[in-house]
Amino acid sequence: MEKLDVIIVGGGLAGLSCAYGLKNEGLNVLVLERGEFPGSKNMTGGRLYLKPIKPLIGDMLEGAPFERKVVRERWSFLGKDNESLTLDFISKKLKEEEHSYTVLRAKFDKYLSEKVSNSGIFVIPKYRVDGILKDNGRVEGVYVGGERLYARVVVIAEGVLSQLTRKLGMKKELSADSYAVGVKEIIELPEHRINERFNVGSGEGVAHLFVGDVTGGVFGGGFLYTNKESISIGVVVKISSLMDMYPSMKIYELLERFKDKDEVKNLIAGGNTVEYSAHIIPESGLKGVEKLYGNGFLITGDAAGFALNMGITVRGMDFAIASGFLAADTIKEAFRRGDFSERVLSGYMERLSGSFVLKDLKSFEEMPSFLDNKDFFGFYPSKMTEIFGRLVYFGEEPKERIWKTLKDWGKDFLRLRNIKTLLRVRKI
Amino acid sequence: MKTEEKLAKNIIKNDKVSHITINNTICKTCKMRFCLNVCPGNLYKLIEETNEMTVEYAGCLECGTCMIACVRGAISWGYPGGEFGVQYRFG
Repeated sequence: MEKLDVIIVGGGLAGLSCAYGLKNEGLNVLVLERGEFPGSKNMTGGRLYLKPIKPLIGDMLEGAPFERKVVRERWSFLGKDNESLTLDFISKKLKEEEHSYTVLRAKFDKYLSEKVSNSGIFVIPKYRVDGILKDNGRVEGVYVGGERLYARVVVIAEGVLSQLTRKLGMKKELSADSYAVGVKEIIELPEHRINERFNVGSGEGVAHLFVGDVTGGVFGGGFLYTNKESISIGVVVKISSLMDMYPSMKIYELLERFKDKDEVKNLIAGGNTVEYSAHIIPESGLKGVEKLYGNGFLITGDAAGFALNMGITVRGMDFAIASGFLAADTIKEAFRRGDFSERVLSGYMERLSGSFVLKDLKSFEEMPSFLDNKDFFGFYPSKMTEIFGRLVYFGEEPKERIWKTLKDWGKDFLRLRNIKTLLRVRKI
Repeated sequence: MKTEEKLAKNIIKNDKVSHITINNTICKTCKMRFCLNVCPGNLYKLIEETNEMTVEYAGCLECGTCMIACVRGAISWGYPGGEFGVQYRFG
C-alpha cells in the first residue's frame, strides 16, 4: 500500500497549524478529523493570545474569524451574600496592539481547515482514528474503521482526552486532580447591546474571570467572554475538587448558580442560550508533559498537556498552535535528512524548549501546586469583598475609624498558613 | 434553565450504539457515585428499583469527565464514531 508522508490525527488548532506549517513542501499530508467538520468537537472559554505565536505562524490567521479584540480585562472576587469586588482594566496597549481576541472554535477551526485545504492538504472530516499502527518500536500509521493508513510520520493532535497517546504508552492515565472540567453556554445578544452593556466599542470586547463563591470555595472559577453577537459564559472546576465537594454540588448546578449571581445576571439578561458545551482542561502545567516524540511520531497541543492556568490568565490555544508549527519544522527536517526516527524527531523537544511553550511552562512550573490552595477560592476573595463592604457601609452606629476597621480585618491574615502562602509567592 | 433544555439546543447526531458502557457489577458496590455530580449533561441516572446506573449517551457532550471521576473504573468511554455525537456550531 502507498505510504503517505504525514498523517495528522485531529483537525483542531495543533493539527491544523502543523498542516499549515507543512504546506508548500511538496509533501503528501492528510489531516483526519472525527467531527462533522474541524471545530465541531472543539470548545474554548475563550480567547487566543496572539503575541507569543506571531513569529511562528506566518499568514495563517490573516482573515481569521475573530470575535472581538479584548480591550477590557476584568476580575471579580465573589464573597458571601452576593458580595462582589471587581477590578476593571483598560489600556492603550490592549486597544491598539494585536494582543488577544475572543474566538468560537466551531467557526475558527473551520475557517483554518478551509485555508489548509486550499493550500493542497487533504483535510478529511468524519473519520475517527481508532488506533495507531506500531511495528518494531516505530509508528507506521493509523487504523481508521478497519482500514490501515501508512505514513512516514504520524502527528498526534487528538486533544486532551489523549486516548491514542495513552494507548501508545506515552501518557499516564488521566487523573482527577490533573484536569478541570469546564461547562459553557453561548448566550446570544445583539451586537450593540453587548457594546453598551460592557462599555466597549464596535469589535472590542471583555474577558472577565470570577473567583470565590462560584465554585463553593474549591479550585476553579467562572468566566465570561464577549463574542461579536453572543456571550460565552461558564464555570471551570478541578474534577477532584468537584468530587470532594461537601455538601456535594453538581457541575451544571454551579453554572446556574453562577449565572444567577448579582454580578452576572444583568450582564446576560434578555439573552438567548443557543448552545451548551463541556470540555476538560489540563491543569498540571509542566508536570503533565511527558515524552512527546518517538520513532515516526510526535504529540502536540492538548494531547501533549500544553496548557497553563496562572490564576489571572488561562492559556492553551496559543501553545497548541505553536506546538503544531514546531512539529512541522521538525518534520521538514526529518524529510530533508530522510530520517524519521526519534533521533531526528527529538528535535521537536529542543524546538519546544527554545520557544515560549516550554519556557513559560517551566517558569510557572510551581503555579499548579501554588494554586492548589482552597484559600484562593474562598477565604481570600471573601476577605476582599468584606473589607470593601465594611468601609463603604454606614449603619445606625457611629462609623468606626478606618484604621480600626483595617486592623480588625487584617488580624485574620496573621495566621501561619497565610504567611506560608505569602512566602510561596516568591516561587512563582 | 434546566440541563435537558440546554442539551436540546445542541445539534447531536446519534449513533445506534452507545460510546459509553457501564459495568453495573462495579456500580452496585460503589457508594460515591461521582458520575452523578460531574456529568455536565446530567446524563447519569440511578434506577432505584434495580439499583442500576444508566447513562443517556445521546446527550453526551464528549468531555470525558465521567471516565476520569469514576475511581472504580466502571465506565468504558470512547469517542463516538466519525460524524456522530455532538456538533458544536459555536464552540
